[in-house]
Amino acid sequence: MASGSIAEPQAPPSALKPPTGFRHADPLMQGILAALAAGILVLIGFFFVRLVVEARPAFEAYGFFNFVFSDEWVPSKGEFGALPLVFGTLVTSAIALLIGVPVAIATAVYLTELCPARLRSPLTVLVELLAAVPSVVYGLWGIYFLAPKLLPAEKWFADTFSFLPFVDGPVSIPNYFVAGLILAIMVLPIVSAITREVMSTVPKEHKEAALALGATRWEMIRMAILPYARPGIAGASMLGLGRALGETIAVTIVIGNAAVIGDSIFSQGYSLAAVIANEFGEAASDPTHRAALIAAGLLLFVVTLVINGVARTYVNRAETAALRSVPKGMAG
Amino acid sequence: MTDHAKDARAQDAPTDAAALARLPRRPEEPAAPVQSTAHTVRLKALNAFYGDTHAVKGVDLTYAANQVTAMIGPSGCGKSTLVRCINRMHEEVPGARAEGEVLLGETDLYGAGVDLTSVRRTIGMVFQKPNPFPTMSIFDNVAAGLRLSGTKRGDLKERVEWALRGAGLWEEVKDRLGSPGVGLSGGQQQRLCIARTIAVEPDVILMDEPCSALDPIATLRIEELIHELKQRFTIVIVTHNMQQAARVADTTAFMLAGELVEHAPTERIFTNPDDDRTEQYVTGKFG
Ligand SMILES: Nc1ncnc2c1ncn2[C@@H]1O[C@H](COP(=O)(O)OP(=O)(O)O)[C@@H](O)[C@H]1O
Ligand SMILES: [Mg+2]
Repeated sequence: MASGSIAEPQAPPSALKPPTGFRHADPLMQGILAALAAGILVLIGFFFVRLVVEARPAFEAYGFFNFVFSDEWVPSKGEFGALPLVFGTLVTSAIALLIGVPVAIATAVYLTELCPARLRSPLTVLVELLAAVPSVVYGLWGIYFLAPKLLPAEKWFADTFSFLPFVDGPVSIPNYFVAGLILAIMVLPIVSAITREVMSTVPKEHKEAALALGATRWEMIRMAILPYARPGIAGASMLGLGRALGETIAVTIVIGNAAVIGDSIFSQGYSLAAVIANEFGEAASDPTHRAALIAAGLLLFVVTLVINGVARTYVNRAETAALRSVPKGMAG
Repeated sequence: MTDHAKDARAQDAPTDAAALARLPRRPEEPAAPVQSTAHTVRLKALNAFYGDTHAVKGVDLTYAANQVTAMIGPSGCGKSTLVRCINRMHEEVPGARAEGEVLLGETDLYGAGVDLTSVRRTIGMVFQKPNPFPTMSIFDNVAAGLRLSGTKRGDLKERVEWALRGAGLWEEVKDRLGSPGVGLSGGQQQRLCIARTIAVEPDVILMDEPCSALDPIATLRIEELIHELKQRFTIVIVTHNMQQAARVADTTAFMLAGELVEHAPTERIFTNPDDDRTEQYVTGKFG
């Protein structure tokens, strides 16, 4: 019995409790996790290098600058100018964000602040279910149902607002706008889920401060919730953008797959991801074509990285600004 | 005291109390004299609930105009709930409701057709934890309520300065109105919140333990401020600090388990209360 220390004067017992269990797992665990993390980095690096190597024939045959900025993509003639594809990718993603983000924010505001408590979780689940619909189903729905139904509205819009740039002109059934709209629906669940998450972290004190000043519910949302959640909303939009840029199958179904730079948002077009999905089969026999598709993949990779990088810096800056302004202690 | 002596004292005032009293209610009104607009607040058979929890039980209480009334009592006795019923913030808690009457002057704030936002604009509130809007500058924090009530752009600067002077903060922040409100010290933040509250010129200011997050020096500044503010506003302050109640309050109300035990001049509450429970509480026998 160790507890009877008065009777045993030899060594003073340690005041510490003996360690329990086997603790050497810590360094081991750390090692494994570090290796995994490094592995991911190596994989991305390898990926990038591999893409560059495989794409080189296309750049060599056509010139890097020409590849990116020329607007003829005619594989049968051996012409590979990716500009229409880059254009399609950027335009559809921009439309997706312009429509998707405001709707996502509105949804999040409604779900966190306005909707009756008993409707909250069913509606939340419903919005999140949008993410469970396979993209090919969105594509089919878009081309067979949405696009034809939208046609009259698009025509009316193109006529009425023809003075706006990039609106006037003939309207085709598959087009940039429909693709953007489908993408907007696809990014909605993730953007609204994260936005909702961020909004629910707004401290009660800020909301009460606004209400106690005589703010209406909507004024409280504008005053206390939206500004506080802004960096989070920006981050959520970036995730949505990543999804929109890379989306392949839904876009290829509704964009029309015409490798030209359309005259308006209601023209047919093409995107980087869609061209790869459509042409990789026929390209197997043509090394330059194959290299051009890989180069398109590389371009998509770079565009995504750059846009993400820019966005991340922006979000980080907003966050540091918020951090810099934490209270300097309670003295004073 | 001669008029001359009065003027001299006003000039010597350590903070901007004199300025507060002298400044016009609206820029176009004459500078002096200023009539207080404060009203009496009367609670009649006020009950408050959180779902089935009966947190405030049939309280009748009168807060005299231009007086400071302290609410004391052990933690959980319903002080916060009671004051939050006065500006109808209580009902913001899901499942919470209040019954009874709260009369501001002759108006029942729970009466039919009463606009919630004007209730809260007329009865300002300062919270336990300083809560300036984190994304707003010092200026914008004070202007927040003014913008809600549609103050014209041109008047805004003047009103903000008036409020900051009233809260004794102007001299400390006048050179950095554009910097974030949350960059101030805790005590300054709380005075910023007071400025934000008085900017919209309420009748009544409710303060729920406004100093409990502050150090003694910052606390003292707020207490001085309360003395000055009562010239213009009716003030209700919740405090768990009996010395504070003794220092700032004209009358003190003691609550226990949701009921009002006693409301009397502060002096009496602390020296010769009517109720044994009050005596036990103020002498530190429980709570
Ligand atoms: N949001 C709430 N939901 C449920 N019960 C609450 C809530 N806030 C306070 N209460 C209960 O109401 C009673 C009074 O609380 P409160 O007014 O905060 O007391 P005090 O401010 O005097 O400490 C307490 O019993 C407390 O548990
Ligand atoms: Mg309390």
